[in-house]
Amino acid sequence: MVNVDPMPDHRPLLQMQGIVKQFPGARALDGVDLEILPGEVHCLLGQNGAGKSTLIKILAGAHQPDEGQILLDGAPVVITHPVAALTLGVATMYQELDVVDGLTVTENIFLGHELATAGFSQRRAATRRTRELLARLGHPDISPHKEVGRLSAAGKQIVSMARALSYDARIIIMDEPSAVLDSEEVANLFRVVRELARDGVAVVYISHRLDEIRQIGDRITVLKDGRAVAQNLDVAQTPTPDLIRLMTGRSVDQVFPDRLPVAPEAEVLLRVTGLGLKGTFHDVSFEVRAGEVLGLAGLVGSGRSEILETVYGARTATSGTVEVAGRRTRRGSVKSAVDSGVGLCPEERKSQGLLLDEPIYRNITLSAFARFASAGFLDESAERRAAQQQVEALDIRPHDVDRTVRTLSGGNQQKAVLSRWLVHGCRVLLLDEPTRGVDVGARAEIYSLIRALAAAGTAVVVVSSEIDEVLGMSDRVLVISEGQVVFTSPAESIDEHQVLALVMEGSAA
Amino acid sequence: MSSQHVSAKPSPAGAGPQGAPTATRPRRTLLRGSSGRSIGLVLALVVLCVVGYVTGGERFASVDNLMTILRLAAALGVLSIGMTFVITGGGIDLSVGSVMGLATVWATTVATQTMAQDFHWIVMVLVALAVGTACGLINGVLIAYGKVVAFIATLAMMVGARGLAEMIANRQTQPVKVRAFLDFFRAEVLGIPALVWMFVLVAVAGWVLLNRTTFGRRTIAVGGNPEAARLAGVNVKRHTMYLYGLAGLAAGIAGVMMLVRTTAGSSTTGQLYELDAIAAVVVGGTLLVGGRGTIGGTVLGVLIFTTLTNVFTLNNMSISAQSVAKGVIIVVAVLLQQRFAARGRAT
Repeated sequence: MVNVDPMPDHRPLLQMQGIVKQFPGARALDGVDLEILPGEVHCLLGQNGAGKSTLIKILAGAHQPDEGQILLDGAPVVITHPVAALTLGVATMYQELDVVDGLTVTENIFLGHELATAGFSQRRAATRRTRELLARLGHPDISPHKEVGRLSAAGKQIVSMARALSYDARIIIMDEPSAVLDSEEVANLFRVVRELARDGVAVVYISHRLDEIRQIGDRITVLKDGRAVAQNLDVAQTPTPDLIRLMTGRSVDQVFPDRLPVAPEAEVLLRVTGLGLKGTFHDVSFEVRAGEVLGLAGLVGSGRSEILETVYGARTATSGTVEVAGRRTRRGSVKSAVDSGVGLCPEERKSQGLLLDEPIYRNITLSAFARFASAGFLDESAERRAAQQQVEALDIRPHDVDRTVRTLSGGNQQKAVLSRWLVHGCRVLLLDEPTRGVDVGARAEIYSLIRALAAAGTAVVVVSSEIDEVLGMSDRVLVISEGQVVFTSPAESIDEHQVLALVMEGSAA
Repeated sequence: MSSQHVSAKPSPAGAGPQGAPTATRPRRTLLRGSSGRSIGLVLALVVLCVVGYVTGGERFASVDNLMTILRLAAALGVLSIGMTFVITGGGIDLSVGSVMGLATVWATTVATQTMAQDFHWIVMVLVALAVGTACGLINGVLIAYGKVVAFIATLAMMVGARGLAEMIANRQTQPVKVRAFLDFFRAEVLGIPALVWMFVLVAVAGWVLLNRTTFGRRTIAVGGNPEAARLAGVNVKRHTMYLYGLAGLAAGIAGVMMLVRTTAGSSTTGQLYELDAIAAVVVGGTLLVGGRGTIGGTVLGVLIFTTLTNVFTLNNMSISAQSVAKGVIIVVAVLLQQRFAARGRAT
């Protein structure tokens, strides 16, 4: 992205000054300033819990600030509720896609501001407007009449964006828009963002992925502990280590932990032979040795997550076998996989991994609680002790095993899911998107934890949308495209571009 | 949905933006954070008793009347304990009232009673329990393995079991003729009727099962997030089946208790009991969406409803007025529950 040269007389479109938001027991924002220029992509950086969400919710009218003011075009405004924000031209795309599955694309876009005369909806006009918006977003292929529930995550996001545009938004806030997209769709997202910026729309872009910010951002504001620790940094001129230091308050060596050589005679702990799931993937074969980290790279929808889930027995394979340390597991039986020492950290942490309203310790022992019982009666204090050990070893914050998991940050939740398998003990660990929605600091911790597990003799399989992560984490990489393994290579001898090329080639074939 | 990061409810200790470690927090034990709600229920019960005493005087505040209330509460209470498990596990069971009726009918057929006369009165009990458990397991298999929505599967059982009871009884009331059966269950131990003891035993067993065993932990996990439970290695289907089996067993026990109380089996026994049980469970603080259940709350819920009935009856007030009061109680309780749920999330 070419930097927009801030012209000397370029007046800020939006200014937030000295914003304070106090929640009972926590000061979420402590005097934050934010300045947005027209036509810029302004990145908001910060760890989970730094106050980004609160800040954008104030901008979107979902929260009221306790102190401070908001200026739009230099004039103070009070944004009392979400509709007020929209009429002022501030639209927000939330992280959890806020579309109604049962309505059509058009109905979603005009939800709350239906085109109507005297109560009768102008369906044709709405459809036409929808077509225009979708075309502008580079997706004329989406039918305005399609039910949104049948669109992919990327499609839903386009709808969400079209809705923002339908309000003639001057400022669009995007909260981790790339989290649910694969790299091809991210490229389209960036194209759209650039076009919006060219038209003078300001975009507030929130992401954990620094490489994205490099590609798309103009200026950066960094939040930490409810304060803006750096403002309006020029993206092109701020080195990544500086950003990480600002976000975390400490310097993190961003590099992945060193690989350890895998002994060629190490036992093959996981052997997958000719595994297939009808209509999704077929003839997938690979081996993972003790101490080895195997990465699966591929686009969303390539079948990589399904492969993991099938190995784990959460889906019933239609062909092929899975052997753990030489013993075959039963098809479609999670119990059989778990009993033979396989663990899975699923893709959707909240919906597939956690009991959100249960305390940390019960989440940590979810796979192993039967072991803390005699004749069916649980020994909760033994459970708590085991969980406490994990909480301290993995630094899951807060160090309070009775805290409900819902209140933890993404990184700590992920560590809780990981530690479940440490308590249970597993020889083969399957990780699906282990760092999604996890901030930079916790990411590094998770990487080194995975490495440490491998060093202790666990066989690890990692799936990630972020190709650099797969390459950085793994010893060996399988490239998956359209449900097939198209390439296998040691991770060191392949780079991101080659992987992307392979993935694209596969999907073109 | 979007209020996950921040909640406007007060949190006791400084939950810093980073989720910093907090100093001292009260440890949640027996009632797992629901103690506040339970205190509310106890207060409601106390208020009800005060009203009962003021309006009914000695007629209300007597040991005899207390035992009347408890005897009335017993069968509904046992049903509600079973229902607590199903609801905590993320389900619902509309059939328990009908199944209870069917159990009373089946246990009092000529064939069963003849066998009971010849061998032992326990035959009647076993038949009732077997009928209840079988119906529950059928529900469970349909829901867990047949993937029928719980509401529909148990609705079908509710209608079907009632119909079967009518067919067997030919719409006649079937008096209990086995004296030994009645003699056994009409006895008093330490001045407390056997029915009340049964309720107490079932409640204690239910509490232990839910809070102290792997079965209870599985129930909470399956109700809280079935997908997470499944991926953690819990056999969600089998457990779901057991939960409905348990509710059926409870309906069988309640059937025995109804036989003792009414001294007859009838196809009309237990009508609308399923709704009373659901109401008692929800008022007690068990989340209807599953994942959190409280046996103590359920017991209090049952006692509140039964005491209410008692107070209204003593004052010669109509059934209709009772129903209005019940409705109000349900709504108020659920509104309070939502507040507590929001607060629980903030801590």
